[in-house]
Amino acid sequence: MSAPRPIGVLRTTLVLMRKDLLIEWRTRARLNALVFFAMATLLLFSFALGPDTRLLERNAGGYLWLAILFASVLSLGESFRVEAENACLDGVRLAPSDARAIFLSKALGNTALLVALGVLLIPVMVALFGVKIVLGLGDLGLTLVLGCLALSAPGTVYSAIASNARARDVLLPLLLFPLIVPSLLAAAKATTLVLQGDPMHQLGSWFGLLSGFNLIYWGLGFLLFPKVIED
Amino acid sequence: MGKLLHRVLPGVAVVLLVAGAYLGLFWAPPDREMGDVQRIMYVHVPAVWMALLALTLNFCCSVTYLFKPSWKTDAMAEASAEVGLLFGTVGVLLGSIWGRPTWGVYWTWDPRITTAAIMLVAYVGYLALRRFVEDPEKRAVWSAVVGIIAAVDVPIVWFSVRWWRSLHQVQSSPKTVDPLMVLPLRVSAFAFLALMIVFLARRYLIALAERNAEVALPEALPSDDPATRGGSGASKVVA
Repeated sequence: MSAPRPIGVLRTTLVLMRKDLLIEWRTRARLNALVFFAMATLLLFSFALGPDTRLLERNAGGYLWLAILFASVLSLGESFRVEAENACLDGVRLAPSDARAIFLSKALGNTALLVALGVLLIPVMVALFGVKIVLGLGDLGLTLVLGCLALSAPGTVYSAIASNARARDVLLPLLLFPLIVPSLLAAAKATTLVLQGDPMHQLGSWFGLLSGFNLIYWGLGFLLFPKVIED
Repeated sequence: MGKLLHRVLPGVAVVLLVAGAYLGLFWAPPDREMGDVQRIMYVHVPAVWMALLALTLNFCCSVTYLFKPSWKTDAMAEASAEVGLLFGTVGVLLGSIWGRPTWGVYWTWDPRITTAAIMLVAYVGYLALRRFVEDPEKRAVWSAVVGIIAAVDVPIVWFSVRWWRSLHQVQSSPKTVDPLMVLPLRVSAFAFLALMIVFLARRYLIALAERNAEVALPEALPSDDPATRGGSGASKVVA
C-alpha cells in the first residue's frame, strides 16, 4: 500500500508553484537577470550581423528563440539551485509532496517565467529590429506559450539531473540543446510566420509539431521525474 | 561462450566484411544513375541500421533498468549507447561522402540528415552525463531517464524519410532492388551485425567490470558530495 496522500497532485502543484513564484517575487533576482541577459543577447545578434536591418528583421523569430533558449538555461539551473540550499528539496519531498507535483510546479513555473520574458522581449525586438506583427498578438502569444512549454518540460528533468552532477553548467546545455532542436525550429518558424505573414497557411502545422513535442516531453517528464529525484 | 564471442564471431565478422566489400565493389553492377558512387550504400546503410538497432537496445535497457535495477542492464545500456554512436557517426560520415558527388554537397538540412545529427549529439550528451556522475547508482538511474528521452528521436530518424519527403530517398525493400544489389547489401549487413555484437559484448564486459570495481570499493571513487556517499557500500542494486 502506498503512503496516504493528504492532497492531490494538482493541489500540491499549485501550492508548490505559489511557493516558487513567491520566492521569485520577493527577490525578483531571476527575472531581472533573465531580462537583461536576453536583451544583451538580442543586442549582440544585431552587432554580430552588422546594421543590415532587413536581415535582422527577416531573422527576428530565430533570434527571439535563441535569446529565450539561452535565458532558459539560466532560469532552469536557478530553479533547482534554490532547492539545493539548506536541502530544501528534501524538505519539500518529506512534506510529503508527490514528486510528479514537484515536476509540474517547476516546469510550469519555468514556463511562466519564460513567457513573461518573451512578452518583455517582443517590444524590444520591435524597436531593435523593426519587426511588424502581421498576424496579430493572439497567434504570437500561442507560439510563445507552446514554445516555452516545450523548452520547460525536458529542461526541468535535465536541470534536476544536472544540478546534482559535476560540471552542471556544461551538462545542462549539452543534454538540453540537441533535444529541443525540433521545438526551437518549430517555434522560430511559427514566430517568423506570425511576424511576416502566412500566405501558405503553414502556421497550423508548426503548432501541431510543437503540440506533439509538448505532449511527448510533458508525458515523459511526468512519468520519469520521480525516478530522477528519488534517493 | 567466451570462445564464441572472442574468437569465432570476430572471425566471422572479418570474413563477412571482406566478402561484402568484394561483392559490393567488384561483383555488383554499378548503378545506372550514380555509377560507382552508389557502392557506398553497401556500408552506409548497414552502419546506420546497426546504429538504430544499438540505440533501440539502449532504450530497452533504460526502461528495464527503471523497473528492475541491475548492473548488467546498466552496463549494456552504456555499451549500446557507445556502439550506437560509433556506428551512427560512421554511417553519417559515409552518407556525407556519398552526398558530395550525388547531391553536390557534403551536408544539407534534409529532415533525415538533421534528425540523425540530433540523434548523434543527443547520445554524446548521454555519454557525457555518464562521465560526469560519480555515484554509480545515480548515474544508472539518470542515464536511464536521459536514454528514454533521447530515444524519442530514434523512430523519428527512421520515419523521417516517409513523413517529410525531401532529398534523402526512402527505405528500399528487396522487391524494389535488383537481386545483384541485394546480395552484397545483405552480406554487408550481417558483417556489420557480427561486428556490432562483438563490440557490444566487449564493451559490456568492460562496463560490467568497471561497475563491479566501483561497487566493491566505493571509497576509492572521487566524490562530489561527501555527505551522501557515506553509506553507498550498501547498494540497492543487485548485480
